[in-house]
Amino acid sequence: MSTDRAHADHVHEHPTWKQYTWVALWLTLITVVEVWAYYVPAVVASRAFVPALLIMSAVKFTVVVMFYMHLKYDHKLFRALFTGPLVIAACTLVAFLFLFNHLSIG
Amino acid sequence: MMTVASAAATVAGAHEAPEHHHYTTTGLDNRKIAIWAFIGSECMLFASLISTYLIYKGRSVVGPLPHEVWTSPSGQVFQPILNIPVTSASTFVLLMSSLFMVLALEAVEMKGKPGYTGLRGSSKFWLLATAIAGAIFLGFQAYEFTSFVHEGLTIKTNLFGSSFFTLTGFHGTHVAVGVLWLMTLLFIDMKRGLGPKDALLVDICALYWHFVDVVWIAIFTLVYLIK
Repeated sequence: MSTDRAHADHVHEHPTWKQYTWVALWLTLITVVEVWAYYVPAVVASRAFVPALLIMSAVKFTVVVMFYMHLKYDHKLFRALFTGPLVIAACTLVAFLFLFNHLSIG
Repeated sequence: MMTVASAAATVAGAHEAPEHHHYTTTGLDNRKIAIWAFIGSECMLFASLISTYLIYKGRSVVGPLPHEVWTSPSGQVFQPILNIPVTSASTFVLLMSSLFMVLALEAVEMKGKPGYTGLRGSSKFWLLATAIAGAIFLGFQAYEFTSFVHEGLTIKTNLFGSSFFTLTGFHGTHVAVGVLWLMTLLFIDMKRGLGPKDALLVDICALYWHFVDVVWIAIFTLVYLIK
């Protein structure tokens, strides 16, 4: 019973106003870096361009989900309801890219 | 083993919202479970649309093309059609709308508490700011779609046009629904005021809004930035 109560209280734990603003600042900075990279020919030509963009995008995605959607603080069932379909969706996407020869091994 | 009644009583007590409780045996509100399940299903919808876009990427036999110059058989030259500065601005607006949304939720949850006065405690202001940011994003998208059509790219022109308009059009429709939802909450707030007991209503809308934002984060990188 006490565990349930503790859990219920935990559900309402949220970041502070200051943290929300910091998250927004970081999201903006990452977006600025992404757009800057797009306009630098040397960066675009490098092999790290696409992986770097994908990593930055994944970081932004995760930060919004964890802090703004409160998944970091919320019940694990919500995490499962989101990450389960997300993993299936990501695997399907990658499988399609292999199937249509956009990705290959070796 | 916890019964339905005891779970509901426990959580209702903890949440101080016993009027019309919707708690399940998990101790969680069924509306919040529903929105997360809905968001999970939306992940798969957008993954299918993004997959389609990526599969068709680079397979258009006629232009205009997203990142490359294309010359038609008649000699007409089409410049790369994506406008990165405009889309970057709209991305920034949507990211800021997510900040406004969490501030609206906090203003509702903390209404009447010390330190939440003036702008900080004004849920009306933050809800309006979020809705305006969403509307500005839609304005950018309308401008982008219109300019593409003027430059010769429609949904029927090529594979890029078909997959691009379908993907971004679906996303834009989600943003439009979100703006309507926000305006409804704002209307309720103006009519009777939103307080801590209504926090879940705003939380559910906020989850939807942030999801629309994260989908755009993926689209911006995969469609606009990766050449």
